[in-house]
Amino acid sequence: MVTYLLRRILTLVPLLIGITLITFTVIHLAPGAPVEMQLDMNPKVSAESRERLRKFYGLDKPLHVQYVAWLGKLAKLDFGQSFAPDNRPVLDKIKERIPVTLRLNIIALILEFALAIPIGVYAATHRDTLADKGITIFVFIGFAVPTFWLALLLMYLFGVKLGWLPISGLQSLGYEKLSWWGQLWDQAKHLVMPIGVATFGSLAGLSRYMRSNMLEVIRQDYITTARAKGLSERVVIYRHALRNALLPVITLLGFSLPALIGGSVIFETIFAIPGMGQLFYQGVMARDYPLVMGILVIGAFLTLVGNLVADVCYALADPRIRHGQK
Amino acid sequence: MMNRLLFCLVLAVCCPLVSCSTSEPPAQQQLKREPGTPARGDAFILGSIGEPSNLIPLLSTDSASHDVSGYVFNGLVKYDRDLNLVGDLAESWVTSPDGLVITFSLRRGVKWHDGAEFTARDVLYTYRVTVDPATPTAYAEDFKQVKSVEAPDAYTVRVTYKQAFAPALASWGVAILPSHLLEGKDIMKSPLSRKPVGTGPYVLKEWVAGQKLVLEAFDDYFESAPFISRLIYRIIPDSSTMYMEMKAGGIDMMGLSPVQFARQTDTQRFKSRFNKFRYPAFSYTYLGYNLRNPLFADKRVRQALTSAISKDEIIQGVLLGMGQVAKGPYKPGTWAWNPTVKDYGYNPERAAQLLAEAGWTKKNSEGILVRDGRPFRFTILTNQGNEQRLKAAQIIQQRLKAVGIDVRIRVIEWASFITNFIDKRNFEAVLLGWTLGQDPDIFDVWHSSKTGAKELNFIGYRNKEVDRLIEEGRSTFDQEARKRCYWRIQEILAEDQPYTFLYVPDALPAVSARFRGIDPGPIGLMHNFIKWYVPKAEQVY
Repeated sequence: MVTYLLRRILTLVPLLIGITLITFTVIHLAPGAPVEMQLDMNPKVSAESRERLRKFYGLDKPLHVQYVAWLGKLAKLDFGQSFAPDNRPVLDKIKERIPVTLRLNIIALILEFALAIPIGVYAATHRDTLADKGITIFVFIGFAVPTFWLALLLMYLFGVKLGWLPISGLQSLGYEKLSWWGQLWDQAKHLVMPIGVATFGSLAGLSRYMRSNMLEVIRQDYITTARAKGLSERVVIYRHALRNALLPVITLLGFSLPALIGGSVIFETIFAIPGMGQLFYQGVMARDYPLVMGILVIGAFLTLVGNLVADVCYALADPRIRHGQK
Repeated sequence: MMNRLLFCLVLAVCCPLVSCSTSEPPAQQQLKREPGTPARGDAFILGSIGEPSNLIPLLSTDSASHDVSGYVFNGLVKYDRDLNLVGDLAESWVTSPDGLVITFSLRRGVKWHDGAEFTARDVLYTYRVTVDPATPTAYAEDFKQVKSVEAPDAYTVRVTYKQAFAPALASWGVAILPSHLLEGKDIMKSPLSRKPVGTGPYVLKEWVAGQKLVLEAFDDYFESAPFISRLIYRIIPDSSTMYMEMKAGGIDMMGLSPVQFARQTDTQRFKSRFNKFRYPAFSYTYLGYNLRNPLFADKRVRQALTSAISKDEIIQGVLLGMGQVAKGPYKPGTWAWNPTVKDYGYNPERAAQLLAEAGWTKKNSEGILVRDGRPFRFTILTNQGNEQRLKAAQIIQQRLKAVGIDVRIRVIEWASFITNFIDKRNFEAVLLGWTLGQDPDIFDVWHSSKTGAKELNFIGYRNKEVDRLIEEGRSTFDQEARKRCYWRIQEILAEDQPYTFLYVPDALPAVSARFRGIDPGPIGLMHNFIKWYVPKAEQVY
């Protein structure tokens, strides 16, 4: 187990370098450079000013030189300075956004699992009934409806017409003056719509997955045995079947690790939530290479770690895998 | 600060809040509430699509940064309500008879937000840091013609130019920076980029990253302390969300789209809570022809294209009538705009006749004009994300089809549009827009020396007389003489039709009705913001 882990961790390094090399090249291939994105079509800008900025950002050097310089900094965990006019360290910009996205995604993830697993189990145990079909339709509507459209409709209903919920942002104006409870309540109200929309959209995947796992497990011999022993249906389903059907979900949780910091551009933009999705999108639009690379590296790293953690947890949870390895 | 971003292309959704103007009094301005008595207090809440990047205006090019820093800093001069240059930090100025020396007398007793006094030293510093090759700024060009800047005493600044240059005076509208906080330090690392110290009517109090910026009234402001106590920019990246926020009372002002203005806000409820304003914006939309392409070399062909397009129909279809026909590169009502320019209007017969004169006489089986065996066919390129331009292109497509011209439309993402098509001159026709500055100098877009790589005369327009007139117009301070140049240029452009000038859209802002003292003028709404107030009884924040 230990050597296996070590080997996996060692392979992470070349993998990460490979990923950065490819993304670095691809980003620089996209038309438009940071300087141009800032200055194009502005007659006040002369060729000299443009050259001045290019030099300032180090864009006058050949691509491989830029890459090596960037990688050298990264080795010291320095993500460099943003190319945006604020010229702040990329890490500061990311740090400022991560808590928002993380909080939102953790709540949404908990809700998603808390809802999708029971839904999947229920649909499996009531297979082909009206309830199963109703659930299927419901979760697929969530999957198919465009986020921005649903968000706007909800905003209009709850924000403009009924006035129950704030429309966008994370806090009301005058938030500072509220009591501790008032602040908590204010924040909660702001989160209802974004989290509701995010959760609704993600129910389909997990609940369908859960349903088919469950159906598969129910067909197994040991379930028949359990029933033959005369155990109640409740015990059969929740103790014997569910535990086994939940195993693959561990893998899904591992995959969710990078998603926790990767915000969704669409709903962050619609709800004016200053999260990672917005930051990344703005970075891409402005061709802010260091920022984009920084976020991608963190994302790639978390994906690799997530996979590793999922594999390890899987082994820990499932004795068949643990023992089968020897 | 608006005069900074002179010509930048009107991007996807332009926010025509600040720079708007007209000669006639703005249409819809009967305010529905009693004026009440001026009182201090309350807050004015604005939505901003983007987050400012750097509040030292010298270092940023985005409009969000310039909007905010416009309330924090002052220039030596500014444009007033009626678009005249007046003193701001300068009390007055004298231009030498040959136009080479401008001497500014500075206002005395002006305080920086930290209490230090404003003097000529600050002006000298601002000039030096701008032209310093180590400063990565986009604005060094403003001062390129300057030979020297001196300060004979603490309240006088003398600028000497290499040659007389009319836009020079307006270029001193740049934000003056505090030398006592910046001199001898690296401006790129200055904390002032997130915590600016200026001389303006508002002081930045708080900046919550990605969410909002809060500005507070500066009681020692040299003109007079503003009535509105706080100015809050909320960052709302989506314009639909912003519109909902306005309806729910979350923001106090935004620029509406024509549909929102004409239909969605035409309710009693909305009208009782908001005042809507309407006046021509400082921009125009055009169809530009690549003059290097033999297809468009003949000016009769270009005249024919213009005659075959119904501009009124485009204004109705795209702007719901909220705009006016453009005949040249100036905003109707400004002094440089020539009202007598000939416009043939929509006239398909004239178009057919002109095309026939240019040799396009036969039509093929599809009804497309053919000359030397080649059909009259071209592609209009426009940028992604601008619904109005796409619709205008489609209307043009229909009209040109009627006279036998086959038009295709291609929509391209902005960065790719510029690098792969505009910069490489790889286009036949483009549908784009320009934002106009207050100074009528159009050197960068129309002078034949500006056809090089990355330069803005990308259609390749060359006309010796226009070149001469542009040079003449920028080398004199005499408005009458300048006017003669620009009026003549418009006549030549109307004849040459290098662009088909399409329309000047209206700016359509709505402002919460609790704000009084709004005085719409040719420059727009915000020019007297420090005089706006909310009567005590109606204050919300």
